[in-house]
Amino acid sequence: MAHDPAVAEAADSKPCAAYLLGLADDAMVYAQRLAEWMTNAPQIEEDMALGNLALDLLGQARALYPYIGSLDGTGRGEDDFAMQRSERDWRNVHLVEQERGDFADEMARLLWFSAYQVELHTALTGSTDEVVAGVAGKALKEVRYHLDHASLWVVRLGDGTEESHRRMQAALERVQPYLPELFDDDEASVGAAGRGVGVLPSSLRDAAVNRVASVLEQATLSMPEPSKWRSRGGRAGIHSKPMGYLLAELQHIARSYPGAAW
Amino acid sequence: MAVESAVAQAISSIPDPEVPVVSIADLGILRSVDIDEHAHTVAVTITPTYSGCPAMEAIASRIVFEADRQGYAADVRTQLSPAWTTDWMSEQGREALRRFGIAPPGAVAAGESRGPVPVAISRHVVTCPHCGASDTTEISHFGSTACKALRRCNACLEPFEEFKAI
Repeated sequence: MAHDPAVAEAADSKPCAAYLLGLADDAMVYAQRLAEWMTNAPQIEEDMALGNLALDLLGQARALYPYIGSLDGTGRGEDDFAMQRSERDWRNVHLVEQERGDFADEMARLLWFSAYQVELHTALTGSTDEVVAGVAGKALKEVRYHLDHASLWVVRLGDGTEESHRRMQAALERVQPYLPELFDDDEASVGAAGRGVGVLPSSLRDAAVNRVASVLEQATLSMPEPSKWRSRGGRAGIHSKPMGYLLAELQHIARSYPGAAW
Repeated sequence: MAVESAVAQAISSIPDPEVPVVSIADLGILRSVDIDEHAHTVAVTITPTYSGCPAMEAIASRIVFEADRQGYAADVRTQLSPAWTTDWMSEQGREALRRFGIAPPGAVAAGESRGPVPVAISRHVVTCPHCGASDTTEISHFGSTACKALRRCNACLEPFEEFKAI
């Protein structure tokens, strides 16, 4: 049986499914956080901008979920993944699940996450998996805009007034502990990278840091020192306190009214 | 032949739900239409402008509806790769956008830079669709839909939307 190609292929696709679930969950959870800015952003154009970014990320997650469901053999669809999983089944990093702070906090998070995503999707356009390469090619065009948008704001706030500079710098310090987790190589990413489907997160770090560093320089801001404490565990399903509240809001309707359709 | 072009024509001329002055063919969303005359079926491939484009389901159901009116059963497939680019937009589509008050997209090459993202409020010339002046300012990266940015003309002072080149 070990030589049965179907069985071998099924065993082979499991690590890739686990890897892709991390990417899809990052996008899904961050889409939810960004969507919270609608009606809460400092100006109406920003309500629309962050809503649009959320929509891009939601689309990226939607493109991956059904594919993951076919790879892992469960046949789950996008709603099963988004609406029916409990906290321990989510594989996103802690960065994206943190509560939105002030606008500077969001721009610090968006700058880092989009710099990471630009590198990620650039690399994944060369994936041996056609679906993954296709999703990445599409996403890359979008996340470049996200990075540009965050860069504009970080420069504007950093090189702005004394208060905006101080608060932008403080925001960079606050997101710092959540950054190393983005670039951790876990078992799933090593497996997926080994098959040419994924990419090692650690290999994206330097280029992403360089992108952020060039923005911070123009913004007259400084790169925070590595923090003593850092987040861990998101890719293994261990989450921080805000995740439960986020899921409660995200899944409330689907769980309260099973099978609801509109 | 006449029958074949009737169903293809009906599908090609479906307006985009969010920018109804342009058809899905002129926008480059419609990638292929394969007609089977014997089975009276048509296989249609469409591609989203953005990953999260909320109009895809409306477009797909409209294709099924229009094909059905011509006596064909449509099978609509969504395809992500190759990724949609504004370069696929037809001249006719660009002209229709301009007349509607939306600045059509420029060539994509400028936005494809691989180096560090240049930080600049406005780094390309967009001509005002109302008065034709080239002195315009970006107000917001994102307009009423993901595919558009919001700008203002410094000559006639009218705000307008720009179809972003991606």
